[in-house]
Amino acid sequence: MTDNLEVLGTMLPRLVDGLVITLQLTAGGAVLAFVVAVVLGLAAGHPSRVARGPARVVIEFFRGTSLLVQLFWLFYVMPMLGVSLDALLTGVLALGLNYGAYGADVVRGAIRSVPRGQWEASVALGLSPARRMVRVVWPQAWAIMIPSLSNLAVMLLKGTAVAYVILMHDITFVTEQLRQRTNDTFFAYGVGMLMYFAIAYCIVVAANALEARAKHRLGTGPPLKDVLRPRLPARGRAGAGVSG
Amino acid sequence: MSEMWSWDRAFTVLPQLLQAFLEVTLLATVLGSAIAAVLGLVVAIVRRTAPAWVARPVHWVMEFIRMTPVVVQLLFVYYMFPSWPALWIGIGVLGVHYATYMAEVYRSGIDAVPPGQWEAATALSIPARRTWTRIVVPQALRTTLPALGTWVISMFKDTPFLVVISVTEMVSAAELFGSRTFVYLEAFTLAGLIFLAASYPTSVALRRMEARLARY
Repeated sequence: MTDNLEVLGTMLPRLVDGLVITLQLTAGGAVLAFVVAVVLGLAAGHPSRVARGPARVVIEFFRGTSLLVQLFWLFYVMPMLGVSLDALLTGVLALGLNYGAYGADVVRGAIRSVPRGQWEASVALGLSPARRMVRVVWPQAWAIMIPSLSNLAVMLLKGTAVAYVILMHDITFVTEQLRQRTNDTFFAYGVGMLMYFAIAYCIVVAANALEARAKHRLGTGPPLKDVLRPRLPARGRAGAGVSG
Repeated sequence: MSEMWSWDRAFTVLPQLLQAFLEVTLLATVLGSAIAAVLGLVVAIVRRTAPAWVARPVHWVMEFIRMTPVVVQLLFVYYMFPSWPALWIGIGVLGVHYATYMAEVYRSGIDAVPPGQWEAATALSIPARRTWTRIVVPQALRTTLPALGTWVISMFKDTPFLVVISVTEMVSAAELFGSRTFVYLEAFTLAGLIFLAASYPTSVALRRMEARLARY
């Protein structure tokens, strides 16, 4: 075990490099996915067929063909077509398009679940379509879509591990090196999985904070600082069982 | 690169892709989702019925599996048990990984069974086991089927990850063909289209089923 920790110590800089690569893939992929999701989601939920049709085709295409196929296509076929992308950009593009297509349905569904009356009220108040979306519909849809988008962000993080297949030196790659050095699969992969788990956990916490803020701004939840503050022991609980 | 797409190459690689698709991709999806569906249900029921000292750790393990990449889990099990056949490891890992997602689906399905059903079962003094097997689970299953199907499609599209433990499924068959001929265009395009041809009709069917179930 001490040997393992020694090797871990000497490999620490590489682990950090791997972490950086994974974080770059995750952040880049998530930003691109979000943009793709909003654009496609708005188009797919648009009443006009001209906007809806193509958006549906793009969404189904990127959802239906596997992430790894898209990654390999970008990595192996694009250079043949004269477009050479470096590995990081390839990864970001594949992750962003794939999870963006999933996110598009989340965005569409969330916008559709904003009550009809909100749309009608903003029409009655004479708001322009852009203002109606930005000031009335989007803030409400945003609060609804955050939990699903957070799930997708965690899935995207897990998807970054395929970058290992196009020879990127991400956490998975360094984990595998650690295994070869220590000859201890359990230790090396334990470290690797804990790193992924820690990032995923941060994503979930950040998403919960975002959701609390969005709800508070809609006037339907407590302010963010009350949510983040550790809960006091529930003294009133004992009586709750009697009444309910 | 004088000409881009070659139908000759496409028709050479297509049978190889379809063979890998049937022998590995479909097999892994079917067996993997069977494991996930059964294990997920067991986990969902354990989390509701078992004492806290069992239910809590089960919950943590499930969270941990769900929050770490399937690729890393595949490699982990592959190196932990080098003598096991890689395909079986792949099927097992995919099954357990997606069981964590399906357990959540079952949980919400079980929560959606009206409390009156539980109360009626108690009033009729139906034993707990019978309440679960004859009353709760059948009703929960009805509402969860489309969501379970969605995860099966997800797993189907994750089967190419088996390439990391050197299982030759469809996408690695495409890569092999590409590396032999130095042309990847046809192989990967066809592999993608085969995925699309299999997953799109399934997801449309699931959406129909969901709409039908919602009407009742």
